[in-house]
Amino acid sequence: MALPKRDELLKEVNYDRMPEKHWMDTKPEFRPGTYCYAGEPEVVKDLGLPNPRKWQPHDEDWKLPENWKEIVLNAIRDRMNRFRSFKLFMDICVRCGACADKCHFFLGTGDPKNMPVLRAELMRSVVKGEFTRSGKLFGRLAGARKLTEDVIKEWFYYYYQCTECRRCSVFCPYGIDTAEITILAREILHEIGVNIDWILKPVRFSAEIGNHIGLQPHTIKENIEFLLDDIEEITGIRPEVPLNKKGAEILFVTPSADFFADPGIYTFMGYVLLFHYLGLDWTLSTYAAEGGNFGFFTSHEMMRKLHAKIYHEAERLKVKWILGGECGHMWRVVHQYEDTMLGPAPKNLEVPKSPITGTVFEHAKSTKIVHICEFTADLIAHGKLELDPSRNDHLVVTFHDSCNTSRGMGIFEEPRFILRHVCNNFYEMPENTIREKTFCCGSGSGLNTDEYMEMRMRGGFPRANAVEYVHEKHGVNHLACICAIDRATLTPLMKYWVPAVSVGGVHELVGNALVIPGEKKRTTDLRFQPLKGAEEEA
Amino acid sequence: MNVVAALVAVIGMVILVWLGVGVLKLYTLFGVVVPYAAFLTFLIGLVYRMVNWAKSPVPFKITTTCGQQKSLPWIKHSRLESPANNFEVVLRMALEVLAFRSLFRNLRADLRGRKLYYGSSKWLWLGAILFHWSFFIILIRHFRLFSYPVPGFIKTLDAVDSFFHIGLPHLYMTDVAILAGLTFLLLRRLVDAKVNYISHASDYFPLFLIFGLVISGMLMRYFLRVDLVSVKELTMGLVTLHPKVPQGIGLIFFVHLFFISVLVAYFPFSKLVHMVGVFFSPTRNLPNDNRRVRHINPWWEGVPPKFLTYCEWQEKFKDKLEESGQPIDEDCYEKKS
Ligand code: SF4
Ligand code: SF4
Repeated sequence: MALPKRDELLKEVNYDRMPEKHWMDTKPEFRPGTYCYAGEPEVVKDLGLPNPRKWQPHDEDWKLPENWKEIVLNAIRDRMNRFRSFKLFMDICVRCGACADKCHFFLGTGDPKNMPVLRAELMRSVVKGEFTRSGKLFGRLAGARKLTEDVIKEWFYYYYQCTECRRCSVFCPYGIDTAEITILAREILHEIGVNIDWILKPVRFSAEIGNHIGLQPHTIKENIEFLLDDIEEITGIRPEVPLNKKGAEILFVTPSADFFADPGIYTFMGYVLLFHYLGLDWTLSTYAAEGGNFGFFTSHEMMRKLHAKIYHEAERLKVKWILGGECGHMWRVVHQYEDTMLGPAPKNLEVPKSPITGTVFEHAKSTKIVHICEFTADLIAHGKLELDPSRNDHLVVTFHDSCNTSRGMGIFEEPRFILRHVCNNFYEMPENTIREKTFCCGSGSGLNTDEYMEMRMRGGFPRANAVEYVHEKHGVNHLACICAIDRATLTPLMKYWVPAVSVGGVHELVGNALVIPGEKKRTTDLRFQPLKGAEEEA
Repeated sequence: MNVVAALVAVIGMVILVWLGVGVLKLYTLFGVVVPYAAFLTFLIGLVYRMVNWAKSPVPFKITTTCGQQKSLPWIKHSRLESPANNFEVVLRMALEVLAFRSLFRNLRADLRGRKLYYGSSKWLWLGAILFHWSFFIILIRHFRLFSYPVPGFIKTLDAVDSFFHIGLPHLYMTDVAILAGLTFLLLRRLVDAKVNYISHASDYFPLFLIFGLVISGMLMRYFLRVDLVSVKELTMGLVTLHPKVPQGIGLIFFVHLFFISVLVAYFPFSKLVHMVGVFFSPTRNLPNDNRRVRHINPWWEGVPPKFLTYCEWQEKFKDKLEESGQPIDEDCYEKKS
């Protein structure tokens, strides 16, 4: 089914009109554009995950294992025993509804089961109905129900209509984080072989080759060479990108999309120019060539397996510390999980210290991993960068806070500080749509696949709506972000909702503005777009 | 249906008390046994609940960061929204528990055509504050029935609460406030389509129960005027473990007592435990210092991860590495031999 027109998409959406039927009596409808395809049997098998088979969500029969119910109930019990969050969140929701209209999927669909409270209730009702006496006794009166195959289908539909963005958790008076419930629900579904292809393929590539798209080491190098060609053409300088260099001071890890996918590549060019400017002793690894981690969208175990290679590589290369590129969920993993699941950091790593400013990044003293925006903001604050913000004058910029770096890390000021120094036109979107209240791109947590486009445009609508506001008010034509998934997903989102707005990383703008000794006079930005004023001169 | 079921349950309780006390004269059952049983259930249930939560570990530090992290010294970090140490966590929690910080953030989204608008929406916060704080103060006020002599601060509280000297006996402000809060919370559940849709009977039940509790209490104080001396005799008997039921306390008192008994007994087994549970919430009660202080996961500590190591990877891509001029790590082979 074709994607509905922009003005048609939200016609049916009404936040104040709820279905007649009780939600326990409604079933999801697997309409094309609103769900992701199932994992392919070979991929599932290669990853050693349960129940590989050919199936699709729109099939009547999902070919669940015979004892699926037992598996699921055991999995729930197991997660309750291992995660206080899960157990607690099943108990303490008062259904106050404060979270109800905070989810971008609810705002874009009006589907009540996309209210975070009800999304959690899909699981809670089963926990009550299967494990508690009151639930068994009072059933629906207590919000309890039994686990059936229809419930599994519903879980699949709605737990893959949550991008684990945590916006609901900001507003909940008890901090109930529906993202946490989604994470565990997906984990539980995996145990009976209910999964999606778009997540599992990158996971397999990552596990077997080292990065999501399966770029082999020589291809990575070739891609980088292409980017260096472009840089040379634009600036007259050809920086060096050291690969797998033992004894370098810094290991740089970024999402692999930055090596090859437009517009991530421009951000990559920005990094490279910056490191060249600084004369940094750094290296990139073609083995640990992935900062992103789709394992995080699969299970905690898978996340750990895929992330382990970073410390492992840092140890082998004997670097002193690790610098991380612009990525959302990579940073959720690095910030909130890395140290716990893979620490303590290898002994050769030291507390990160900027070789240029001497700043010691005390806040990263255990993990030894610094965010590139922290690094660059520190450089600018110390006056170490010569910047010409007018080179970004063709852009009127706004900044999108990525869910993960916002609500799972709290990095708000660093990228803004950089933006204010590298461009002259910077406008914030409305306060209720940025920082901790930021809206998801609508395609996070591994849902950035084409077959899911309608839902992505719906989920991304609140974000796009805020961009449209500053576009109309201030003429904003560029959306900066610090997330690789954002760079990939906001681009089609803008095309659909606010076509005049382009998308790119913060370090792309740094790369544009950086005045590098020995460079030629720039006439275009890193995308070969003419700089403001350059055309007239030429 | 949900509303009706909850209402019927609460009305049923009144009938039960009327039958039990009014008709069958089971004073000891309703005046002593039920309250004791309820209180015990409350204690045991709550301890069980907390122990049960505490038994599950907190494997990851998953603070929801609602403000700037502590990073570079010249960037102002948000101590309350992104606490960097345990002291700041205490502040954050205090704000959450005492002032309902997160609820205060509440917004309302409105869709007009294809434009979204957000309005501030503090009503829920106000209703919740009115209700919870009044309830708390009323509870404290009741300690005058359980103490002899009555401590000074409770007398003061009493005086402040009835400061306006309206009517006789003086009307308590908290009585008005709790009614207002409760009415708002109930109406909201009935009128707001979204909240209505998500509400179970078990969401209406405690509301009606507390309504019953408040109304019976107010009837007793302002209209039906039970004999306070006898009531205090009974309550003191209960707390001193020498229970006795004096004659002549009105039926309404037993209704009130029964409501509170049901409420406390119901507390640990229902959503009402949110009051205690909030303290356990890992998105709020942990500092955002993840990269500075390592958090231990009990079920992973000492269990090394399994993954494709560099040397295995190098074996796989050796030709490609050599062809493209990327270094080969000889250590991989030394280690093997
Ligand atoms: S805000 Fe929290 S307590 Fe209220 S309904 Fe949502 S999850 Fe439940
Ligand atoms: S985590 Fe985000 S996507 Fe998921 S329910 Fe909450 S607000 Fe919606």
